[in-house]
Amino acid sequence: MEQQQEKPTAKISVRDLTMAYGSFVVMKDLNFDIQEKDIFIIMGGSGCGKSTLLRHLIGLREPATGNVFYEGENFTAIAPDDREKFIRRFGVMYQSGALWSSMTLAENIAMPLEEHTKLPARTIQEIVSYKLALVGLSGYEDYYPSQVSGGMNKRAGIARAMALDPDILFLDEPGAGLDPLSSRRLDDLILRLRDSLGSTVVIVTHELASIFAVANNSIFLDTATRTQGAVGNPTELRDHSDNPAVRRFLRRGEEETPLSAP
Amino acid sequence: MGQSESTPPTISWKRDTQGVVMEISGLWRKGGPAPEVTGEGDGEMPKRYETENLEGFDSTLPAFLLSHLRKDEQKEPPSLEGMPDDLRGLMELALEIPERSDARTVDEKAGFLAKTGKGTLAVWGNIRSLTEFIGTSVLSLGRFLTGRARFRFRDFWVVVQQCGVEALPIVSLISFLIGMILAFVGNVQLANFGASIFVADLVGIAMVREMGVVMTSIIMSGRTGAAFAANIGSMKANEEIDALKTFGFDPFDFLVLPRMLALVIMMPLLTIYSNLMGILGGMLVGAMADIPPVLYWHQTVGAISLTTASLGVLKSFVFGAAIAISGCYQGMRSGNSSAAVGEATTRAVVASITAVIVLDSAFAAIFTVLNI
Repeated sequence: MEQQQEKPTAKISVRDLTMAYGSFVVMKDLNFDIQEKDIFIIMGGSGCGKSTLLRHLIGLREPATGNVFYEGENFTAIAPDDREKFIRRFGVMYQSGALWSSMTLAENIAMPLEEHTKLPARTIQEIVSYKLALVGLSGYEDYYPSQVSGGMNKRAGIARAMALDPDILFLDEPGAGLDPLSSRRLDDLILRLRDSLGSTVVIVTHELASIFAVANNSIFLDTATRTQGAVGNPTELRDHSDNPAVRRFLRRGEEETPLSAP
Repeated sequence: MGQSESTPPTISWKRDTQGVVMEISGLWRKGGPAPEVTGEGDGEMPKRYETENLEGFDSTLPAFLLSHLRKDEQKEPPSLEGMPDDLRGLMELALEIPERSDARTVDEKAGFLAKTGKGTLAVWGNIRSLTEFIGTSVLSLGRFLTGRARFRFRDFWVVVQQCGVEALPIVSLISFLIGMILAFVGNVQLANFGASIFVADLVGIAMVREMGVVMTSIIMSGRTGAAFAANIGSMKANEEIDALKTFGFDPFDFLVLPRMLALVIMMPLLTIYSNLMGILGGMLVGAMADIPPVLYWHQTVGAISLTTASLGVLKSFVFGAAIAISGCYQGMRSGNSSAAVGEATTRAVVASITAVIVLDSAFAAIFTVLNI
């Protein structure tokens, strides 16, 4: 059956994906590709299923129908035990940071390194300090997640997601709750990571400034139609999308110039 | 304000050539009287509003209007003509995004049969998921024994400390008092026959066979079972368990296994300790009833056989596993909110105490049949 379809070649390909909680369909008929080294934004109004889509991509939820492919390999169809080799290549930052509360920030970042590499303890310490420095948290190694602010938790979560230099980085609302300067630093960080390590980055966000600053590709989830509103470069979508909902979203609902009005 | 002469809020419906007109007047305040409605709109939307006599309003007026304008499914946005600007602004904002028709929860008026069926399915589902959980625990234990389970030994020692050393004060207190109570009650009866010395036998056997292990289990259900559920439940609410999964850690090995091992190891030790404390409590009461402690001790040692003593300890392994499984099971299936974590904790305590008592009855039946 699957052979009849052409094998997708992109880094991540989503085909005919329907997401549902029980009988409640969140989004249906999603089809898009994420290319290597893309910075790909999942955007849409609140409650439209952005985070749910992310959870489908990383295998925490099973699609109601449809498939997710990684470099042509069907991620949805393989057994959960075999998914581990894919998951090793992911770095995921959750909405709240989701740091393990019984460990310090340093231990949080060290744990994946201790588990999946054979690095000596000293090297691990160095990597931990370096990753914390990248997100502007040098000196907070021995703090527990409950002792630092929500924004710091979030940044430490990003540091942990980057711990293993992942091939694909998934960030769930990284900019929400950060002050403008930290948010800006984060945008720079994402761009640098892509350029220096060649990571593919998938970001769930609705921070327009960040979207235009970093993204080269995006999907807009439309709450009204419960499917994708548009796929493409956000700047082009803002100026030339056929879908008025997408244009309105990317302009904060402000009036369009008469030229591009339908 | 100080207006004692304020007019009560009123709505009156009128009809003119263009359609229905709603006249809003009076002072609309939260503390004020309920609005009076005169006339009928006949189900039509007002075409126009008259608000000359409207003296002032807070949220009560827009709330009243919204509930009225939303009463029927209407395609066209209702006319707001004639409203003062401040009121119109609020109404426009409230009416801008249409009500999502499928978002409201529908109260299902299920019949008796449907309810029974749903209830049965829920019970069946619970049994299935609990069995699955116990199965996964056993698999996880197997991985541990073959050295393939991954968790942090530091976490294990922290749990050992929490459910071992830190539980000693409460276990001491309760066991000592239980021993005393048993001795008091026994002494009142036995003294009638001049057989006070057999208080030592009574307290010793009761503690070692039943009371020590059951009381310890109940204390640990409330203390540790609840802590397991709350701890794992809040980790779940905070997406920490998802984070474990995506970093390639098995949440089961990582969270459930160390807790289960710790409790199964610590419960027998606590039980032995509790037995001792109970006997000490009995000894104190015995001393008050003029039984010398040395004699009391010899009498106790003579009364307890090794078989009797090991029964309680044997049970404590099983009870420890039951408490750990109840706590972790409820934590792992808790919802993603703080309220859900609270519910999971309650369920964990109820389930583990029930499990302990039911298992104890089963043991009693088995031991009776085996004549031990």
